[in-house]
Amino acid sequence: MDLILDGVCKSYPQSRGSLAILDDINFSIHTGQFVALLGSSGSGKSTVMRLVAGLEFPSNGRITFDGLPVGGPGSDRGMVFQKYSLYPWLTAAQNVAFGMELQGLPRLEVRERTAYFLEVVGLRDAGGRLPRELSGGMQQRIAIARALAAQPKLLLLDEPFGALDLQIRESMQEFLYQLWQQTGLSVLLITHDIDEALLLAQQIHVLAPRPGRIVRSLMVDFDHGDMMALRLSTPFLERRQELANGLRQLDGTLT
Amino acid sequence: MTSLGTFSGRGRRHLLVHPWSLGLLGILLVFGLWATISSLGVVDQLFLPSPAAVFLAGQEQLAQGQLVADLVASIRRVFGGFALSALVAIPLGIAMGANTTLCRLLEPLLGILRYMPAPAFIPLLIIYFGVDELPKILLIFIGTLFFNTLMIMDAVKFVPSELIETALTLGGKRADLLTRVIAPYIIPQALDAFRVNMAAAWNLVIVAELVAAEDGLGKRISLAQRFLRTDQIFLGLIVIGIIGLLIDLGFRMLMRRRCSWAQ
Repeated sequence: MDLILDGVCKSYPQSRGSLAILDDINFSIHTGQFVALLGSSGSGKSTVMRLVAGLEFPSNGRITFDGLPVGGPGSDRGMVFQKYSLYPWLTAAQNVAFGMELQGLPRLEVRERTAYFLEVVGLRDAGGRLPRELSGGMQQRIAIARALAAQPKLLLLDEPFGALDLQIRESMQEFLYQLWQQTGLSVLLITHDIDEALLLAQQIHVLAPRPGRIVRSLMVDFDHGDMMALRLSTPFLERRQELANGLRQLDGTLT
Repeated sequence: MTSLGTFSGRGRRHLLVHPWSLGLLGILLVFGLWATISSLGVVDQLFLPSPAAVFLAGQEQLAQGQLVADLVASIRRVFGGFALSALVAIPLGIAMGANTTLCRLLEPLLGILRYMPAPAFIPLLIIYFGVDELPKILLIFIGTLFFNTLMIMDAVKFVPSELIETALTLGGKRADLLTRVIAPYIIPQALDAFRVNMAAAWNLVIVAELVAAEDGLGKRISLAQRFLRTDQIFLGLIVIGIIGLLIDLGFRMLMRRRCSWAQ
């Protein structure tokens, strides 16, 4: 798996001229990598994700996935949205099965894989419940299970825990990290949460706003043995402080 | 309803507070008022027939088989015209909701047509198609098509983009979107639109039958006027009201059964 963004620009036409959203975005993700795009609102980070998903197209530059230009959405790039995007008329299990059914997998396989991925996200007993009967955190876990069950090569997460309470968000972050370690997935995470990016990603690209551009890229290498302790460890907090200062300066140049 | 539900389990109070029993009370109050006034004899029987007289008229029409025949005729027209309307409104509404060009092309047109009172089309329909079943069915079709279409179009427009895009990133094709995302999402709103617009269909069938018909509840009322049979007019009105209520309840029940996720 190889995702390469090469000089990607995105602008929207306006009544006079055009509005630049993204300017010269370059980065790549290889098999098994966990990459985060960190930026405040207006940095165009969600647009990057939509371009990679093939839901929109760059105005300039190239996005290639496994050597082929991205021409539209496909099941090789699974996506989890910030807002709960479960189908409200389907049960949790039916939601997980949704992508596999679209792909025409045999019924028996769909059933087995549904059970497996419900187990993976720890919601085996919630399979028969409707989304509205699930908490926010459970809904996002089902959304992740649904994306995983469709066998993507790359998982795109657009602020997946942004709408959750702090405590649930922390446990979901730990869940996601373990999931990544178990499955060897390739992940692109979009977030404005510095902790989240530092805690989960191996590589972080910091986006500056208006137009969105990568101003800094850094590698992260913490010991994830105890994530609760990691959140409070000095090296983590120092890194966090430094990143926070950087982001504040980026916003400061605006106002 | 939920706030009232908190009273459940309080015995007699619960009975009174149950939404249905209050509704029944309202109906019974008016019925009681009617019975009282007519038994006091302050209003001429010709203007206000007694409940007993209306009941007798009902028995008489039932015995003759007329009531059932009229009911069948009216219901057939309503369901025929409405089914035709739904059959066109569902694909057209979905197409307009999903396609901006089509929407811009047709929405103003439907907006104008919608405000033309359907009964005003009756003379035209009679000139074109005579006084048979077809003009009556077409009247109901015209009278409900534009509302049905626009309401379904609105429902489609508000399908959350996340639901569409999720299907695409899971490997869905365009055709899948229609059958597996848009259609199931709009079913509750479509059912609700049908429930509301069905009332208009009932109004229209009566109007059509008042103007020109051999049978039907509207025709019976119009004949009753000629012979000053106010008891039959009352009977017709009450039957129409009850049928309408039953259809409404039917739609609500269907909704509760099939779309529990949307409640």
